[in-house]
Amino acid sequence: MLELKDICFERDNKKILDHINLVLDTSKFYVITGPNGSGKSTLAKIIMGIEKPDSGKIILNGEDITDKTIDERAKLGIGFAFQQPVQFKGITVYDLLKLATKKEISKHEACTILSKVGLCALEYVDREVNKSLSGGELKRIEIASVMARNPYIAIFDEPEAGIDLWSFQNLTEVFKEIQASSSGTTIVISHQERILNIADEIILMNSGTIQKVGEKEEIFDHIFKPKKCCKEVSAR
Amino acid sequence: MNQEDKELLSEIIEDDPTKADSYNIRKNGKGIDRKVNPNIDIVPKEENSGIDIYVKEDTLFGTVNIPVIITESGLKDVVYNDFHIGKNANIIIVAGCGITNNGHKDARHDGIHRFYLEEGARVKYIERHCGLGVGEGKKVLNPVTEIHMKKGSYMVMDTTQTKGVDDTNRITKASLDSDTTLVITEKILTSNDQVAKTEFEVELNGENASTHVTSRSVATDDSYQEFTSNIIGNTKCYAHVECDAIIKENGKVKAVPEIYAKNIDANLIHEAAIGKIAGEQLLKLMSLGLSEKEAEEVIINGFLK
Repeated sequence: MLELKDICFERDNKKILDHINLVLDTSKFYVITGPNGSGKSTLAKIIMGIEKPDSGKIILNGEDITDKTIDERAKLGIGFAFQQPVQFKGITVYDLLKLATKKEISKHEACTILSKVGLCALEYVDREVNKSLSGGELKRIEIASVMARNPYIAIFDEPEAGIDLWSFQNLTEVFKEIQASSSGTTIVISHQERILNIADEIILMNSGTIQKVGEKEEIFDHIFKPKKCCKEVSAR
Repeated sequence: MNQEDKELLSEIIEDDPTKADSYNIRKNGKGIDRKVNPNIDIVPKEENSGIDIYVKEDTLFGTVNIPVIITESGLKDVVYNDFHIGKNANIIIVAGCGITNNGHKDARHDGIHRFYLEEGARVKYIERHCGLGVGEGKKVLNPVTEIHMKKGSYMVMDTTQTKGVDDTNRITKASLDSDTTLVITEKILTSNDQVAKTEFEVELNGENASTHVTSRSVATDDSYQEFTSNIIGNTKCYAHVECDAIIKENGKVKAVPEIYAKNIDANLIHEAAIGKIAGEQLLKLMSLGLSEKEAEEVIINGFLK
């Protein structure tokens, strides 16, 4: 179980996260959604340790991990798929998967991991993780590098960002598979209805705060309920 | 060769060099062991000034190892090695120099390698340089490579200098006839107050000649590296030059690219990027459980792989 207690984060005199309190259960699939600039990615980075909160605590299974570094959190089972997949010169997909799994996996095992994200594996294992790969391919490899670790808490920061709709449609299947099979907590930041549809719970953020946490129908009602139009307001 | 020599040799050639089809081992300015075969002949020049390597035309596949080791402090060794690669021959050449300098005088090796590729010849040339030893004397290596490529020939040149060389001044010059391809990859790591300068001059003279020059360098501590390239396109041709450098601590890298198109159909590209290790690369590897130091090592080793 992951608890965020009263997390605040401010930059350039702007409150990015404003007293966030959240409890995430093990084995649930959460989707964090909300307008651009609502603090979703910052919240995800704070869980991984990429950003440090100005105040508040992060508790993982009763242990305070607020001051732990990224690699310490990784060793505790937190994984993070970057919104912009990181590229490396000279590091192959196979190298990256070996680093992710922390063992000398065979190419066959690497292929099994890649096939989970829909890549025809043998074509990819020896390729460098660089710009020669398309945005969709890099995204899948990024996701595979997180899945390979079988993390206790897996965070995916906007998997749809930067890829075409066609590739995204295939990625949705990957997340459906994660939702069905993962025994840990999955947190996906997304605007996409297809991803929202598979969530056990949706966390709606706005202006650095959590507006609502609930099941799909509840949140959809909240998001899509008709707003009072200007005329109605001015007629009062 | 004693055990120390063998260890030094293994720094530049992984496998036992005497297992190759043909080889010439040079130690402290003299040839000490040589093997030839019906397709590959090695002929010493006068007064130990180098060797001529002749590869017969249509040689289907062959390997030549010509390592040089220097263990004498104060020695200055200049060697001229000429490679005559026959028509349609296909060969791998492994060269390089290792210096162990435990004395206070400088030890220096200037290797001048000239390649003459006949029509359709294919060469893979691998060159490794390194310096060992704890003496105050510098380890200096100044390789010069001249490449002359006739119609339809192909050459890959893969050079690496990973440690211990205090001073290096590398010059690579090539002239390419029509339908030729030259692929050069150079990797240099400098540390302490080492200096490495490298200069490429490639003239694309024949139609459809192409070259790819990639330089990857890492400059750490107070070291300095300089990369100069001058690519001249005289006809319909293609060139891509890429200089990538990582700097750490007070390391300094200067890239001086020059591309000169003298024909409307010459297509020449140069890319240069110098900077510290990208923060997001460290973050990504740390998110896989590596410490910052481990992540840095993985990034640099990959970069220079």
